[in-house]
This record gives sequence, structure tokens and C-alpha cells, in this order.
Amino acid sequence: MATYFTKDHEWVRIDGDIATVGITDYAQSQLGDVVYVELPEIGKELKKGDEAAVVESVKAASEVFAPISGTVEGVNAGLVDQPAAINESAEGAGWFLRLIVADKGELSGLMDESTYRNFLETL
Amino acid sequence: MRYLPHSEADRQAMLAAIGVGSIDDLFLDIPANLRVHGLTLPKAAGELSVERTLGRMAARNVPAGSVPFFVGAGAYRHHVPASVDHLIQRSEFLTSYTPYQPEITQGTLQYLFEFQTQVAHLTGMEVANASMYDGSTATAEAVLMAHRVTRRKKAVLSGGLHPHYRAVVATTSAMASDAVDALDADPLGTEDILSRIDGETSCVVVQSPSVYGHLIDLAPIAEKAHQVGALLVAVFTEAVSLGIVEPPGAQGADIVVGEGQSIGNPLTFGGPYVGLFAARMKHVRQMPGRLCGETVDAEGRRGFVLTLSTREQHIRRDKATSNICTNSGLCALAFTIHMTLLGETGLARLARINHANAVELAEMLVEVPGVSLLNESFFNEFTLRLPREAAGVVEALAAKGILGGVPVSRLEPGRPDLADLLIVASTEVNTVDDRIAFAAALQEVLA
Amino acid sequence: MSMNTQGRPTSAGEASVSAIDTFTGNRALQQEEALLFEIGRHGTTGVDLDEPEAFTSRLGKLQRKAPLDLPGLSEPEAVRHYVRLSQKNYAIDSGLYPLGSCTMKHNPRLNEKLARLPGFGDIHPLQPLSTVPGAVELMAELGRWLIEMTGMTSVALSPKAGAHGELCGMMAIKAAIEARGEPRDIVLVPESAHGTNPATAALLGFKVVTVPARADGTVDPEAVKALLSPQVAAIMLTNPNTCGLFERDVVAIAAAVHAAGAYFYCDGANFNAIVGKAKVGELGVDAMHINLHKTFSTPHGGGGPGAGPVVFSSRLAAFAPLPFVRIGAEGPVLVEDEAALQAGETPFGRMVAFHGQMGMFVRALSYMLSHGGNGLRQASEDAVLNANYVRAGLRDVMTQPSGDRTCMHEVLFDDGFLEGTGVTTLDFAKAMIDEGYHPMTMYFPLVVHGAMLIEPTESESKASLDLFVATLRDLVMKAKAGDIARFREAPRFAPRRRLDETRAARQPKLTYERPVPFEQAAE
Repeated sequence: MATYFTKDHEWVRIDGDIATVGITDYAQSQLGDVVYVELPEIGKELKKGDEAAVVESVKAASEVFAPISGTVEGVNAGLVDQPAAINESAEGAGWFLRLIVADKGELSGLMDESTYRNFLETL
Repeated sequence: MRYLPHSEADRQAMLAAIGVGSIDDLFLDIPANLRVHGLTLPKAAGELSVERTLGRMAARNVPAGSVPFFVGAGAYRHHVPASVDHLIQRSEFLTSYTPYQPEITQGTLQYLFEFQTQVAHLTGMEVANASMYDGSTATAEAVLMAHRVTRRKKAVLSGGLHPHYRAVVATTSAMASDAVDALDADPLGTEDILSRIDGETSCVVVQSPSVYGHLIDLAPIAEKAHQVGALLVAVFTEAVSLGIVEPPGAQGADIVVGEGQSIGNPLTFGGPYVGLFAARMKHVRQMPGRLCGETVDAEGRRGFVLTLSTREQHIRRDKATSNICTNSGLCALAFTIHMTLLGETGLARLARINHANAVELAEMLVEVPGVSLLNESFFNEFTLRLPREAAGVVEALAAKGILGGVPVSRLEPGRPDLADLLIVASTEVNTVDDRIAFAAALQEVLA
Repeated sequence: MSMNTQGRPTSAGEASVSAIDTFTGNRALQQEEALLFEIGRHGTTGVDLDEPEAFTSRLGKLQRKAPLDLPGLSEPEAVRHYVRLSQKNYAIDSGLYPLGSCTMKHNPRLNEKLARLPGFGDIHPLQPLSTVPGAVELMAELGRWLIEMTGMTSVALSPKAGAHGELCGMMAIKAAIEARGEPRDIVLVPESAHGTNPATAALLGFKVVTVPARADGTVDPEAVKALLSPQVAAIMLTNPNTCGLFERDVVAIAAAVHAAGAYFYCDGANFNAIVGKAKVGELGVDAMHINLHKTFSTPHGGGGPGAGPVVFSSRLAAFAPLPFVRIGAEGPVLVEDEAALQAGETPFGRMVAFHGQMGMFVRALSYMLSHGGNGLRQASEDAVLNANYVRAGLRDVMTQPSGDRTCMHEVLFDDGFLEGTGVTTLDFAKAMIDEGYHPMTMYFPLVVHGAMLIEPTESESKASLDLFVATLRDLVMKAKAGDIARFREAPRFAPRRRLDETRAARQPKLTYERPVPFEQAAE
């Protein structure tokens, strides 16, 4: 399983044709306490860069963009009642959604983990 | 000037501390050719002088309390206990800002929480916000909210909706490229609104009591709306009616909006008033306006904060549920104090008095030759058909020292077929002598 | 994801439990007060009303059946309840209230008295116009003052608040564009703008395009020109802007906007800086709302009501909404509906039921008459003087985002001076509460990191400002000296410590919930 990152602080983990998407630990630390998430409907087709979900802290609302194109295959419904999971485990139990990958070629435009960590250093 | 503390010496000392030679040096960013040197306006005036000037203007008006008074149609004269106006003028309420620093605005926040609860209970709904500008803008906001919830764009407006409210919704909708299907004016309270609700409908907007006074059975309208996935937006302009009339929430309304002026607030020629806005909890994130919520502080003590603010413009900007910022906080305070003084016992009794007075007045007025009552049902307001144009009758009554209602032509000027209709309201402020005087004067005017 | 860079803690923090321990929970004059729904009683009323004599109900089948859960209080209990609540509030009347962008100035009580005259407070919006000539006269006079101060052509009085005024102004612009038959759907908004600007534009279906700010927060005419096109309907610009600076290139911006066929909407929230100093009509503005509850001191009332009249240039005057006051040969006339329109009057519609915030009109005109043209100008000069005096008093210990430069009526600091101290803007603001001050506006404008926007207003004396400056200087020194607990635990002396906003948002409790549902308790 390979994990990729975006400049907008989403991560995407690839397992066969399925991509799991979330926001990075850095993103959750910037947001502060997450109080609400809005997840997409199953079956929704997303193009790379589309608004896939919304994540809200008390003082901010942020859109989560689809890092790659695909069809929504599953969502982490538990987040609706337990948004704190995003703060506790952004890159694990706090995942947002799963996509059926439309085009693996899009992954080449994303960062690997070490590139992303270096990118964070520049912020 | 009595409101400005600085002496000239203060100003000079402050300019020196800043490091500039004159006040004009602080305005250098204004292009020199555009700097103004004096306004063509009177000079400063003392309190006595200002009181004289404005007192003279006020004296040209006929106050409602000085005559037998039967004007309603969206604003109502009620008796407000003296303690209400005293309490809202407490400095700490009157001169406080929006409670953005909750540690030092718990007073405002707690009364907003109590206000929200009272409005929810009064309307039979689950949640209410901390107020809108007035009933008309609350109605326009309710329509926009329904569009967000249903992802549809057509509002069906009852012909019993106050024509000003209809105009406000129509203006907003036209500007936002949303559709409005407004039914014809409905002075008889017999419109067939069910047939206008279809799969495109986002919401159906119904006022009860209607502007003509009819009590509308909302349940079948709610049922039809829900069948096609639309919402029922229930509107009221007379909050006192909810003391004895079945609340919209119990009749299936999804959003309830209304004018709260008649509890706690004076007429003041139309504003400031207080818009009430209540909804179902499942739609709370689509609501406009501020919401106050309960929480705890660092010592574990109960406290209140503004919450779910990501809906609002200061955070969500172009994706906010509304652009509203300033609301009607102090009018909401007047509402909640008056409501607290009334309690359910007082409110229900006040409502019965209003209803009884209106029933008695209606019975008197239909005895006047040529006058007929259009209402089967009503609360404290009803519509009469006169043998002449109502506007002239109202002027003639005013000349006799009686403010005798609102001619429908004032609200529907393009409708000569409605020109003989008069909307009459009676509240607890009317005495039996007032009613007798009104009936006698109407008989004289029509004779 | 779109990233928020202004994150700050919203949990209550780790303040140690207070050592202060009384039986009641009261702390002398700080009295705890239970909720109305806990102290109120069913069946209690504080209003004496007589039951009506027997009559025949005309409610039909819509008589209330649902129970009405509204507990009441007697008058002494109600008075105590609300007085105790009031004592938990900060207010202008009790201290300096330096909220930037909010213009929290003194509210003269004369204005309250006059708004309550029966001839203003007890008149109905729909009683015959022949019985309210004084009300129409007052509206006309208020409009005359607003037009003279702004150099504009006409005024719409009916909008109920600033954001409502914005909506009014942008509706007029949309109507004007539609009248020209042009497909313009873009509105330019600087990134430093109030949130109401993009929210208003979006409500009307406009696409919002952000104009980048220069390093000092002002707008570059070249940046505007680069974004102008036949699709642009308007620019919404705040002047003076939210960084407290006068947009020095406003005339060039206006010219460019007009040359592109678009309109210039000015957010008038900061009008208090320039009354009698500049007329927006001469700057090229086409529409501007005026917050009567800011510039003209109608009390803010804990969140409202306000009033947001809009002044229009000759390019937009015809589109002003109903109702409006027409000044004719026979004096002022209130035009309420289409049937009464004359040639050249093409209102875009109606914003509100009735005629606007009459109660605010009376207060604002009372304020204007009291000041006179000379006093209004003096008030603006003193407001600007006071902000610059605060700037001068703090410039060596606090940091300004674009260096030390003359500001208008508010001065903007950032959190640069707190770097390395472990104290945040939020902590700093909360420590001000313990010193008896309301904090300044924090984290706005969004373009400045850890922004602190201070607007002292003209109501503050030199002595008051001196103490304020000395207090902030002392806090800066304490932050730099590592006295962290003072900040992290602040406020310590307010009626409440920091509140858990995270909890409030995660588990919203928006109404009082009885331990036992009312319907069951009533049985």
C-alpha cells in the first residue's frame, strides 16, 4: 500500500483499485478541534480537485478536495458522531472516504511521504 | 461639544505625542483635492434645542395611544409592562456589542438562550435562532433556507401572506434567480393552495392568521408538501395569537417565522422589530443567523456561547447560509422579558382578551348598515367589506379622531376590486368605549 | 483542503479549578443566576389581566391543544433575574470597548428619550399618512443629512442593518445591470473584506473573485484592472479599509471600475473616520451603506437592532427600493408602492415590511443635530486622533503588519511581538479582560496573522487612553518576561473562565431541555 499527499494536505492511500482519503496530521493541527464533517454520498463521482467533503472546527470551515478522480465507494460514517477522531488519528482512524480509482496515472502528480514532510518544512 | 471629552490642549498634546503638527497630517491619505472643508449643515446644538426640534416633529403625528385605535396588518399595539423598557435600558444590555467574548457577555448569551427556548416552545418547534431583523426578512430567509434543504428553487406563496412580506420574498427571489408562484390575494381565506404544490416546489409559505385575519389549517398543507418533498414555511405576524391558537409546529410546519413585535416592543412606525425564526433540529445547519448554545467553562460551570458559527458570513463568507450579522438583540430582550412576565398563564389570558375584544368589535361593526364580515375564523383581526372605498372611510374616521384599520388598497394598490376591504384589529388596549365609538363613527361616515 | 491559518484553541483550556469557594457559588457582586426555565413556575404571571367575559370563540378547530411550556415570574423576580444577567455583561457605559470595525462609541441618552416620544414610538406604520407628517419629515431630514455628508444623490432608508444595506446596494447594482441588458456576474472583493461582502454577493448569484491586497493591506488599482472585464458587475471595497487605512488610490480604482462598465460599492462600516473630511460621492462611489448603529451611535443592544440606510450616486439613484421619501414642491412624500411612482423612478423592489428602523432614525438624527456639521467633523477627527495616539503609545512594544504608519480611526497590530513568548493573540485578549477591558477585534482582518484591531472611538478621553496604553504595555512586558500563566488562564476574574466552544459545537444544546419532558411533568 502506497500513500500519497497533496499540497492541500490531503492524503490518499492506494490498495488495489481502492483509494482511502483523509486529511493530514498537520491539517488537523492547523484546524484545531474538529466539530463537524460533511461526507459525500456513496456513488458520487468526483474529479480530481472537486470538493469531496467539508471539515469544520469552531472558527473555520474547510473543503476537502478529491486528490484523484474516482467514485465514492464508502465513507467513514463514524466521524459524524465522533469528529474528534480526526484530531486523534488524522492519518488513521480519522479517514474520510474511499474512492474507486478512476485513473492511477493521476497519482504521479502527488507527493510521497518524505516529499510532503519536506514541503511542510517550507511552510 | 458635550459628547467629546478632549480639550484643545489635550488634542495638541496628543498630536505632539504622535509626532505630527496638525490634525490634517493624519488625513494625508485622502487626496488633497477631495478633502472637505466644512459641511452645509447646522452647527452643534444643546439638548434643549434638539429636544425642541424633534419634539416639534413628533407633535405633528397622532400617537396610537391618543385615540381609539384599530390598526394592525402586521404590527400591533399592545400594553407593555413598564419594567420591560426599564430593563432593556440597563447600560449593560443597551450598550453591549454582539457577545463575541463570552466570558464577559454571559448576560446577553443567557437571555438569548432563554429567548431561543421560548420561541421554540411558543411555535412548537425544536430550535430557534437568536432573532432576525423582522418578520418579513425572516420569511425571505426561510425561503432561501428551504431552497438549500430541498435543493429546489420554487416557493409557493399563499394569497394570505402579508403583501409586504410577499414583495420582500419576491424581490429576494428575483435577484437570486429563484422562482416564486404567488397565489392571488385571498381575502376570503378560501384559496386552493394544495393544487399549486408539485415536485418542483421547494416550500409553501402560508401565514396564519392570514393578513386578512383567517386562521388557516396548516396540517393538510404540510401533508401535501411533505408528499412531494417540499417544506411548509409557516408565518405569523401576531405572536400573541400563539397563546390560544394551535402552533405551526404541531401542524407539521418545517420552518416557522414571524414578527415578534407585539410582545415587548412598541409600534415605532415599523421598526426596529424582531424576526422570530424556528426550525427542526435536523435542518439546524442550514439555518441563518446567530445561535446560542450551552457549554461549560474551564471550572466546569455552565455557560453559554455563540455556536455553529461556521454557517455564518464571518467564517463561511460566500458560502454562508445568510449575510446577516447585526440582528435584533435588544428587541429580542424586550420580547423575552415580556414573555417571562406573562408566562403561559398570562399569554393565554392576554390572547383570550384580544380574541374576545375582536369578536365583540366584529359583532358591533356588522350591525352597521352595508358592512359585512369576510371571516369565518379570526383571532384579533378581521376583514370587513364596506359599501365604499375603504381608504376614504379611513381618512374620514381619522378626521373624527379614530384610527380605524388598514384599507386593503394600502397594501394592494393595484387591485381596485379589493378597494372596499378594510382590515381591522382589536387588542387588549381597546376599551368597550373605543369599540362603541368606532361603530358609531363608522355608521356616521357610511351614512 | 482549503487551509485555515488562524486556528486557535476552542476548548476551555486547563485552568486550575478556582480556589474561591462559596456555598452559593456567588462571588459578592458576581451573582450566579439560574435559567428562567429552572426558576420560573407554571401558572405564575407578572402581568395582572382580567379574564374576559364569556364570548363565542371564532377560532374554529384551531384552538390550541398543544401544551404551552412558558414558565413565568412575578415582577420582582423578573426584575432581579434580568438585572443579575445584565451584571454579567461588559458595556461601553462601563468601560473602553475597542472593538475594531464596530465603532463602540458613547450612546447619548437624549436619543433614547426622544425615540420614546409617543409621536415617534407609538405610531403605526400603516396608520393614515395624513396622521404622521412628522414621521415623514424626520425621514426626509435624516436623508438630507446623510446625502450632504456623503455627497451622493439619493438615499434608501429601509435596510435594517449593515449587511442588509449591502444587499440593498448590490440589488440596485444588479437591477442597473439588468436594465442595461448585460450579462455581468462577477463581483470583486478584496481579501481583507468583511465576511458580509462575499456573503451578500453570493446571495445574489454573483461569483466572488478575490482581489489580492498590497503588503500594507490596501488595494492596488493595477490589481483591480487586471481582474476587470465585461463580466464584472461591481467591486465591493471598504474605505477606510479593515486594516484601518484610507484607500489612497480609491479614485483611480473607481475610474478603472467605471471605465469597465462596472459599479463601485463601498462598505461604509468605517464611515466614522471620514465624516466631514471626505465625501464618498466625490471618490467615485455608486452605493454605500451607513451603519447608523456605528457612526451615528444608535446603541448596539447586544447584537442589534441596527439600521443600514444606503446612499446612491446618480447612476443608481433611480433603482432605490420602495418605500422612499420623495422631496417634492409640497414637501416630503412617502412613496410606498408602484402605483405612486413618477417618471424616472424604477425601484428594484422592496427590502422590508413597512418603512425601516424608525426608532434608529430618531436616535441618529438626534445625534446628528446634537453634533451639527462641525461636531460631526470634530468627532471623526478625534476618532482618528485617538487611534493614532494608541498607535504612538504602543508602536515600540507591539508590531504592526506594515510598519508604523498613520492610520485612520482604528489601528491594526499583529502577533509578531508575541513570537517566542508562548502567548497567543487569544491569550493576550483574554488577559485584557482581567484588566477590565473588552478585548479588541481579534483574528480579523484575515489577511494579517494574529490580527488585533483597536478602535478606541472619539468617546475616550486622553486619560482613559493613557491608562489603556499603559495597561497594554504592561501586558506586553509580562508576556515577554515569561509570565505565561497570567495569559493562558485568563480571564480569571470574569463571571466565567474560558468557555468550551468545542463542546458547544460538537453536542449542540440550543434550547433548555427539562430533566423530565414537560408533557409528562404536566400530567
